[in-house]
Amino acid sequence: MTYILKPRMHHPALKTNALGLTRRDYEGKVSTLCAGCGHDSISAAIIQAAFELEVEPHRLAKMSGIGCSSKTPDYFLGQSHGFNTVHGRMPSVLTGANLANRDLIYLGVSGDGDSASIGLGQFAHSMRRGVNMTYIVENNGVYGLTKGQFSATSDKGSKSKKGVENTESGIDLVALALQLGATYVARSFSGDKGQLVPLIKGALRHHGPAFLDVISPCVAFNNHDGSTKSYDYVREHNEAVNRLDVITGQAAITAEYEPGELREVTQHDGSVLRLRKLGEDYDPTDRIAAANHVQESAAAGEISTGLLYVDPDASDLHDRLRTCETPLNQLSDADLVPGAKALAAINARLR
Amino acid sequence: MDKLSAINDFVVKFANVNGSGSASANGLFAKTIIRMGVPVSARNIFPSNIQGLPTWYEVRVTEAGHLGRRGGVDLAVALNPQTWDDDLQEIVPGGYLFYDSTKPMPPSKFREDINIIGVPLTAICNEAYKVPRERQLFKNIAYVGALSYLINIEPEVVEAVLKETFASKPKLIDANLQAFNLGRDWAREHLEPIGLQLRRADAVGDRIFVEGNDAAALGAVYGGATVCAWYPITPSTSLAEAFTAHCKKLRTSEDGKAKYAIVQGEDEIASIGIVVGAGWNGARSFTCTSGPGISLMNEFIGLSYFAEIPAVIFDVQRGGPSTGMPTRTQQSDLLLAAYASHGDTKHVMLLPADPGECFEMGAQAFDLADRLQTTVFVMLDLDIGMQEWLVEPFKWDEKRTLDRGKVMSAEDLEAGASFGRYTDLDGDGIPYRTYPGTHPEKGAFFTRGTSRNRMAGYSEKGVDYRDNMERLLLKFGTAAKLVPAPVVRKAKKKTKTGVIYYGSTAPAMDEALETLEARGQNIDAMRVRGFPFSDEVYDFIRAHEQVFVVEQNRDAQLRTLIMNEGEIDPKRLTKVLHFDGTPITARFLIEAIGQQLKPVKASAEMAK
Repeated sequence: MTYILKPRMHHPALKTNALGLTRRDYEGKVSTLCAGCGHDSISAAIIQAAFELEVEPHRLAKMSGIGCSSKTPDYFLGQSHGFNTVHGRMPSVLTGANLANRDLIYLGVSGDGDSASIGLGQFAHSMRRGVNMTYIVENNGVYGLTKGQFSATSDKGSKSKKGVENTESGIDLVALALQLGATYVARSFSGDKGQLVPLIKGALRHHGPAFLDVISPCVAFNNHDGSTKSYDYVREHNEAVNRLDVITGQAAITAEYEPGELREVTQHDGSVLRLRKLGEDYDPTDRIAAANHVQESAAAGEISTGLLYVDPDASDLHDRLRTCETPLNQLSDADLVPGAKALAAINARLR
Repeated sequence: MDKLSAINDFVVKFANVNGSGSASANGLFAKTIIRMGVPVSARNIFPSNIQGLPTWYEVRVTEAGHLGRRGGVDLAVALNPQTWDDDLQEIVPGGYLFYDSTKPMPPSKFREDINIIGVPLTAICNEAYKVPRERQLFKNIAYVGALSYLINIEPEVVEAVLKETFASKPKLIDANLQAFNLGRDWAREHLEPIGLQLRRADAVGDRIFVEGNDAAALGAVYGGATVCAWYPITPSTSLAEAFTAHCKKLRTSEDGKAKYAIVQGEDEIASIGIVVGAGWNGARSFTCTSGPGISLMNEFIGLSYFAEIPAVIFDVQRGGPSTGMPTRTQQSDLLLAAYASHGDTKHVMLLPADPGECFEMGAQAFDLADRLQTTVFVMLDLDIGMQEWLVEPFKWDEKRTLDRGKVMSAEDLEAGASFGRYTDLDGDGIPYRTYPGTHPEKGAFFTRGTSRNRMAGYSEKGVDYRDNMERLLLKFGTAAKLVPAPVVRKAKKKTKTGVIYYGSTAPAMDEALETLEARGQNIDAMRVRGFPFSDEVYDFIRAHEQVFVVEQNRDAQLRTLIMNEGEIDPKRLTKVLHFDGTPITARFLIEAIGQQLKPVKASAEMAK
C-alpha cells in the first residue's frame, strides 16, 4: 500500500549516526509485497547497512528492473533517486547512470527472472565491464508477480508448488559472476540478517562490480517441500565460509580470536573487511579456488554463503576509460564545446 | 562513332573488386578534381564484404553544382570482370570504356556504340613492381595516372594531394607519384585525350568534403554529448568511430583524462539502456544505429518517452533485414522511429539533408532532448552518412550555450521552488526534473514509466494516467515549435502544384526542379526538416491542389505520417517512391513527377 504514508514520527531515543540520521530516515514507502517475503528482509538489511555506513541518502542511486524484487527500491532510502527501468535491463541503465556521475553510489536490485533469464546478457556484460556498483539479486527461484512459474535459477529436480518437477539446469549467478569478472562476490540468505548486513556494507564500499546473490524465499509460490529455495531448505543446507565485519573507522580488534582465524582485507577506499573463518580454510582472494568451492559445495547439495571472493585492488569502468575526475554531468560548456577556432581547423582539413 | 563531349559535366564510374585497395585511388581522383575548383558528388557503392565482391565508386563531375546522383555513366573504368557486362550496359551511347587490356578480350565483350580505351595496367605494373601486393595497389594509382592524361587532371594537384595524404609517411609520396606517372606516361605515349575534359574552375569556394557520419559525430561533440554507447552496425558504425576520434583530439585534458565515455555495448538494447541511464543522470548521451537497432531499442525508447528522459539516437537508414542490401541506402525507418514502442508514443525526429545539417542537427538534437526530456532521432541514411559530400564549412556561434532544459538545482530547491517531477508548471507540457544527488532532503523522486501521479508517486488511477498522457501530447505540440522549420523553395510562377521531400533526396530534387521549371512545369517545393510537423507543413498542402511526396522507401512513410498527424486526405498527396537501394536521381524524379503531373487547367491558370 505505497500510497499510505508512514508516519515520520519516531522514538526520541532512536540511535542516530554521524549524519544525525536515524534508521527511520533510510526507510522508504510501505512495502506491497506479501507478508513474510524474503525481499522485505533484504530491504531492511539495505536500510541497516546504509544507516551504519552513514551513507548520505541523496548520494545513492537505486535502480531496478521489473518484478517483485524490482519493486523494492521504493521501500528503502526514500531520499534517494530511484529508477524502476525495464525488465532485465537494469544493468545497462545503471552503467549509463554511473558513467554520467562517478561520484554517486549505485545500488542495483534485481531478481532471478530479471537477471538470470531476460537479463542474463546485461548481467554478464555489466560484470565484465567492471561497473562500480552493488548488484543484489533477490533470488527466490520463481516468478512471483506472474504467479509461480519456474525461474532460471530453480535447481534441476526441485518441485513447483503444484508438484511439477523442474527438468532444466539451474543457473548459478555466483559462479557466473566469478567467471565474468565481478570483484566482490557474495551469497547470503534473507533470513540471516547478521550475515547479510555486513556483506551489503562491504559491497557498497567496494570499488568495482560487487555481486550479491541473496536467497530470498517466496512465501506465496516457493516455500514448500521439494523447493530448494524455501526457508527450511536454505536453513538446513546453508554453509557459510566466513563471517564478515566491515570496519570503516579505526576500530580495533576487540574480541579474542585464535591465530589464523581472522583475515583482514583492506579495500580501495580504506574500508577493512574483517573475515572470521568458519570451518575449513577458505581464501576469499583466490578467484579460482572460490569458483571451485562454489561448484563443489553445489555438487554436495550445500549452499555456500559468505564473502566468496574479493579483489581489493579492482579497477572499474571509469579507470579503464580514463574518464576525468569531474563527473561528466557536471562538465561546463567550456569543457565540452571545442569552439569556432577548432572548427575552422577541422574545416581546413576537409578541403 | 559519336564521341561524347563535355567539360566539367560528366559521370565517371569505377568498377573494382572489394579489398583491392581501389578506395584510396578513387578518393584521390575525386579530391583532385575538387582542388581544381570543380565540384563533384561521389558515391561509394559497396557490398557487405571485406574482400572479393564487387564495389563501385561513382563520381559526378559537376561545375553547375548538382550534387545528387545523375544516372547513366559517361566514362566507365571497368576493372572487375565479375561485373563487366552490367558495367558496359550503363555507359551512355558515345561514352567511354576504360579497361585493363593486358588480357585480350573477344570483340563480343564490347559494345559498338561506345569508345574503347585499353590500357595494359597489369602488364605495366608487373614490369615495374616485384611484390604482388605492390603490383595490385599501385595499379590503382596507375589508372588514375592514365585517366589524368585522358581527361586533363592537373598532375601538380595530384602531387599536392598525395603530399598531404601521406604527410606522416613520406616514403609513400614518391612511391605513389611514381605509379601515377607510370600510368600517365603510358597514356601520353599511346593515347589521345578524350571528349570529357576537366577545366580549372572556381565553383567549389570554401566548401568542405565530408561524410555525414563524421559530421554528425562532430555535431555530437559540439552539442556536449559525453556518453556514447553503441553496437557495430552498417551504416552507422563510422559515426561512433568518428565520435571516438574527435573526442580523443578535442575532449582529452592535458593529463590524458577523457571528458567523455564511450562504451561498445553487447547489443543495441544495452546501448540504448546506457544512454537512458546517463540521460536520467544528467549527461548528454547518444547511440547510433540503423533500422534493426531501432527495432531492438523499442522498449527503451518508450521508457524514455514515458519516464521523460533525454536521449539522442542517430539512425543511419539502410535496406531491410539480411546482409547485403544493408550497405545500400533507404529512408525506410521513418514510421518505425516516429511511433517506436508500446503504449501511445510518438517521437521527435530531425531530418538532415546533407553532412552540413548532420553537424547542425547533431548538436541541436542534444539541446532538444534536454529541453523536451525525451528521445530525439536524427534520421540520416547511408547516402548521407557514408558518402563524402561537398558542403558549406561547419559553423559555430561562440555565443551559443548548451540548453540543459528544465533542471532544478539545489539552490532552486533551497529557495523553496515547488517540485513535482511530472507537474506542468509552465503550460508547455514540460515538467522540471532534478539530477540524482542534488539535495539531501528535497527533489528526490522515483522514476517509473507510467503508473504515477504528477508528484511521481505510485498511482494506478485512470485519472492520473490520462492526465499524464494528455500532458505528453501537449509537450509534443511544444516540440513542433522547436524542431527545425521546413525550407520552402517557391516556383518562379504561381502554381497549384507542390512537392514535399526530405533528407538525401534534396540535391536530386533541386536539380529536377530546375529542369522541370525550364520546361515550364512550375512546382513549389517544401523540404521538411523535423517531426512533429509544424502548421506550415499543413498550410503548404492546403495551398496546393496536387502535392507530390517524394521519398526513398516503398510504403510512402512520410506521406503516411503527414496524413496521420495532419488528418490530410490521401488523395491530396501523390506518391513518388524510389526504393531500389541506389540514391535517388534527378532523372528519375523528372520522369516520375512529369508523368503524374495533373494537366494544368488553362482557365484556372489564366484566372490568377
